[in-house]
Amino acid sequence: MKESFALRGVEFKNRVLVASGTFGYGDELKDVVDVNALGGICTKSLSWKPRDGNPPRRIVETPSGMLNSIGLANIGVHSFIQNKLPYLRTLDTVIIANIAASSVQEYCDVLTLLEGEEGVDGYEINVSCPNVREGGLNFGTNREMTQEITSRLRALTQRPLIIKLTPNVTHISEFARAAEDAGADAVSVINTLIGLAVDIYTRKPKLSTITGGLSGPAIKPVALAKVFEVAKAVKIPILGIGGIMTAEDAVEFLLAGASAVQVGTASFIDPAASMKVAAGLKAFGEKQGLADIGELVGAMESTAKVSILQSWL
Amino acid sequence: MSESVRHIAQALVPVVDRAEVADGIYVVRLRSAHLTRYAAPGQFVNIRCGDGCLPLLRRPFSISRVEGDVLDLMFNVVGQGTRMLASRKNGDLVDVLGPLGVPFKLDGDFKTAVLVGGGLGAAPLPFLTTRMRERKKRLLTFLGARSSNQLMEKHLVEVQISTDDGSRGFHGTVVDNLKRYLSENKPEHPKIFACGPTRMLKATAELADASGIECELSLEGDMACGMGICQGCPVERADGKKKYSLVCVDGPIFNSHDVILP
Repeated sequence: MKESFALRGVEFKNRVLVASGTFGYGDELKDVVDVNALGGICTKSLSWKPRDGNPPRRIVETPSGMLNSIGLANIGVHSFIQNKLPYLRTLDTVIIANIAASSVQEYCDVLTLLEGEEGVDGYEINVSCPNVREGGLNFGTNREMTQEITSRLRALTQRPLIIKLTPNVTHISEFARAAEDAGADAVSVINTLIGLAVDIYTRKPKLSTITGGLSGPAIKPVALAKVFEVAKAVKIPILGIGGIMTAEDAVEFLLAGASAVQVGTASFIDPAASMKVAAGLKAFGEKQGLADIGELVGAMESTAKVSILQSWL
Repeated sequence: MSESVRHIAQALVPVVDRAEVADGIYVVRLRSAHLTRYAAPGQFVNIRCGDGCLPLLRRPFSISRVEGDVLDLMFNVVGQGTRMLASRKNGDLVDVLGPLGVPFKLDGDFKTAVLVGGGLGAAPLPFLTTRMRERKKRLLTFLGARSSNQLMEKHLVEVQISTDDGSRGFHGTVVDNLKRYLSENKPEHPKIFACGPTRMLKATAELADASGIECELSLEGDMACGMGICQGCPVERADGKKKYSLVCVDGPIFNSHDVILP
């Protein structure tokens, strides 16, 4: 059975990647798991300069999920190139550099610097971080900004360009269309949902930044609905993200319209979760007698012509 | 920490014993040759307390004692995760990731290891005691709890007890008891090893500074992965080279001069 898929000529050996921010820079777990079993790795978001991230408390567990407010803590793109990329080049998996920035120019600068480096196979653009004051969500909730960033970056690279979208908008499909129109090769759907947890005794928010991003199985049905909405609106592939813990979850995302999936929060609980999803997805496809796991993409059968949601778009 | 000394493994390991050893305080004994071989005092394991999504995240536990191929975890029931772990039966398999983090520095010029444990901060002290005795260090242990029914002094030596309510030993905090002791005695080449709530650690570090004694602290942090991936457990650094260290991989054991506690 064929497991691979391609994006702008870059071949992913299977349709399971690890989501940005949930697998470090790809080298931290090298003595614990086999990263070569993955279709690809999306790195921690990289900015031009290193970022300290937000003060504690950064993480709160919630029912079937977690809220985080890390604030894009990262070593910066220069240190990434010097200290992380040499190891990543030795891996037999696709390396997607995730880029976060607080200005359009910064996105361009980081991408331009990475363009000069072998071993970076593509880019995922974070226009959807809910936990930083500048940039992040400001860009991802503004359709014109999403379009401008995408087209500016498109002009700078022939590598796959993926825009990671936020669900914290009224109609995510409009943002997917904006990215597609501006030349994106794919969209990642979804980043975290804005959430809040309150300490009832101190009457203070549990996170230092008040709100944070909700992830984990709690958001899976939301993510699936967003993938479905986007799949109806654009022709470019969708990388489905949101609470994927098992291969069965991944199959749901493919059926809803995702061409591939990213495993996120699950890696915190089981560092081998993504490899298990990849192996389980293969086993599922073989058991179903598929010639290509891609046959599942968008194959959800529904008796209703349109969902209620779509009828409002 | 140096990558070459990591021996992190994820495994299903059996519960071989379990008991409520003090009021609301449980010890769960696990069998794992890997963990007992590689774990060092101050390190922790990250445990999936249930099977499903409630609770979703692992819970970190410091390793309390190691003997042969079994290890003990000591904890009090504070929520859903610890309640589930406390109710595991003999033979149940528990999903354990570890050993994790940087351990206490056992070797050095000091002659007297002064162990300070506040509340369940006492959990890693028995393991630390064993290794210190192997190194022929003199031991002095200060153990504090809210009340006498929460004291767990088994497997500790030369114990000085204090309770917040005065029900046993010195009436006051463990740090006040240590302060009193140091004003009356002069332990030979001491080094302090402290575990407990952040406020207690802060007071211990200040006392250590005022007394000119080197001090290592065992910190806690809200973490998801325990392996430096989620970046959830920052603690402010003292050297200013960068703003934060991570409790899970740069700690949980820190020299008191390396961190600024909140």
